[in-house]
Amino acid sequence: MSARLLELEDVHTQLTLREGVVRAVDGVSFHVDAGETLGIVGESGSGKSMTALSIMRLLPRSGRIIGGSIRFKGRELRDLAEAEMEALRGTDIAMIFQDPMTSLNPVYRTGWQVGEPLRIHRHVKTAASVAAAVGLFKKVGIPEPEKRAMQYPHMFSGGMRQRAMIAMGLSTGPSLLIADEPTTALDVTIQAQILDLLRHLNREFGTATILITHNLGVVAGMCDRVIVMYAGRIVEEGRTEDVFANPEHPYTWSLLRSIPRLDAEVRGRLQPIEGSPPDMARLPEGCKFRSRCSFAIDRCATEEPELRQVRSQLTRCWVTQGGVSLESQSDLD
Amino acid sequence: MILTEAAAARGPAGAWTSSEPLVEVRALKTWFPVRSGVIGRTVAQVRAVDGVDLAIRQGETLGLVGESGCGKSTLGRSILRLVEPTSGEVFFKGRDLLRMGSGPIRRMRREMAMIFQDPFASLDPRQSIGGILGEALDIQRLSRTRRMREERIAELLDLVGLSPRFASRYPHEFSGGQRQRIGIARALAVDPSFIVCDEPVSALDVSIQAQIINLLQQLQERLHLTYLFIAHDLSVVKHISDRIAVMYVGKVIEISPARDLYARPRHPYTGSLLSAIPIPDPRIERGRERIILKGDVVSPVNPPSGCRFRTRCFKAQPRCAESEPALETVRDGEHLAACYFPL
Ligand SMILES: Nc1ncnc2c1ncn2[C@@H]1O[C@H](COP(=O)(O)OP(=O)(O)OP(=O)(O)O)[C@@H](O)[C@H]1O
Ligand SMILES: [Mg+2]
Repeated sequence: MSARLLELEDVHTQLTLREGVVRAVDGVSFHVDAGETLGIVGESGSGKSMTALSIMRLLPRSGRIIGGSIRFKGRELRDLAEAEMEALRGTDIAMIFQDPMTSLNPVYRTGWQVGEPLRIHRHVKTAASVAAAVGLFKKVGIPEPEKRAMQYPHMFSGGMRQRAMIAMGLSTGPSLLIADEPTTALDVTIQAQILDLLRHLNREFGTATILITHNLGVVAGMCDRVIVMYAGRIVEEGRTEDVFANPEHPYTWSLLRSIPRLDAEVRGRLQPIEGSPPDMARLPEGCKFRSRCSFAIDRCATEEPELRQVRSQLTRCWVTQGGVSLESQSDLD
Repeated sequence: MILTEAAAARGPAGAWTSSEPLVEVRALKTWFPVRSGVIGRTVAQVRAVDGVDLAIRQGETLGLVGESGCGKSTLGRSILRLVEPTSGEVFFKGRDLLRMGSGPIRRMRREMAMIFQDPFASLDPRQSIGGILGEALDIQRLSRTRRMREERIAELLDLVGLSPRFASRYPHEFSGGQRQRIGIARALAVDPSFIVCDEPVSALDVSIQAQIINLLQQLQERLHLTYLFIAHDLSVVKHISDRIAVMYVGKVIEISPARDLYARPRHPYTGSLLSAIPIPDPRIERGRERIILKGDVVSPVNPPSGCRFRTRCFKAQPRCAESEPALETVRDGEHLAACYFPL
């Protein structure tokens, strides 16, 4: 068996907040293989970003990983010294965020900043690092790269800043790129450019990617596999085609039916998911989606299901685990 | 002058009939000065809205889309006169809002309201829900007795699907979706006929958006509302709109019935916009042809000469730099685009 590039096993991450202790990531296990693109979807507060930050060990002050294992190329990241982790972040794992402005320093020229990982981790000299940054700018489609490398971040548009961040992330040739809502702050035409770039880079360099997004359309176009998160847990996992064609968790199922589609023919009412996501500081017993679920049975109120194989996916649902197909069940009502 | 003729043809105020546009915008410009230096000299103008003609019909939803900063919110706010337009005309039920004094404008405000993107920022945290809604009623002196006021507040909460008991609670006790319902109740307080919805679902979780979209549609039917619906999510706009206007750097560059626009966009910008929207279906999404635009968002301070889109357009010819194409009929009278070389 070849080793996984990244493997999470039963990871628990807690946040200690004024409202109480929040189990932001509650028993999450998944893997990423070399070169593949894995999507993580879910609404705000579902634990997507906390999962990513746990991998990177970049949790906020209030956060702590309290259990589980995170292995990257066979090494346990939780055991690494901070300096080793720092070196890994600058070289083999890169992360880009929703708002690239917060991750670029306003007082330094962009070319100098993008060259930084090369100076620190590859001992490249200043001039050579800036020259490399210009080359990277060209690769990620920043026009007039020589001129742009001399400018400060505020002179860049949102889309260009995101390109600069991607350039910096890729400068050391990482095996894994974690992109947390990389296009959420951008216009759709610019989003299309950035997604096109990520797809191209994945193909050219074979960089494995974890793409965190709330946009199911983005997942459909980008990801080989997808994980659906709800209330700090994975509720469904599978190949993108399978999950979209035959969702095996009621949350995924109703989410796909609630969103308006550009290619929809008829203009009836949408089928919303009633209620709102649960308060993470006061999670209910049993299945966390139960109060909003139209398939719920008695058992869902008292016992929380495990993540189990149902047909081609993994799902955390008593109903589908009991052999019921959501599609035929919904026809009955 | 066409404008004065149009106004004259409409007859004296009050003679407006519902077959005429509820809102009519003509040659509207709203520019913001860019100031610099210690004395604050105006060094340039942000042409946020730069010559827009638009009609909104009674009872319809007109969708307004376009990239960030293209002037959508400014256009919406200019129509309600929440910002002062630089020039042009805005007619509401046949009356020119921009030439109205403050008394008449206040009375007109009773017929118009706005729903904002951020339900968190737009509600005063120190006021109870009853207080927030009551204030909206008081401004227009709409409830004569305390009893009437309370009844109306309960009625408003009920309209948006919230329990009347919530009147004594405060905004922080509510989820994002509930807060947006409160924002909608506040907009409805004055019993308006026209509402500018400025990105009303963009800040909400995906699983909540459909609830609010459905609510807006229900309210429209029950209360015979007319909407200007601003959003950058074209899937949402297509779902809710009868017609759609596409803006690019201060201008409307295409306007059409929703179905037509999606079936056959004519302006290259609209085409690229539509092709950029991801569809949540891997079988369709992976095989789709995309028009990936080159270049970046254009500044509204110094828009390009001629057609503003030409610097990013894949069909641009020398002519596009020379003069600006007018918004003209491309198919039947309902579908207009401003392009010399439409798709
Ligand atoms: N009060 C103001 N003073 C100065 N400039 C302004 C003001 N309001 C808007 N602008 C500028 O006018 C232009 C249009 O802004 P507007 O907010 O109308 O765009 P928008 O289409 O609503 O964008 P978004 O999708 O980001 O909401 C922008 O360049 C903006 O910076
Ligand atoms: Mg706006």
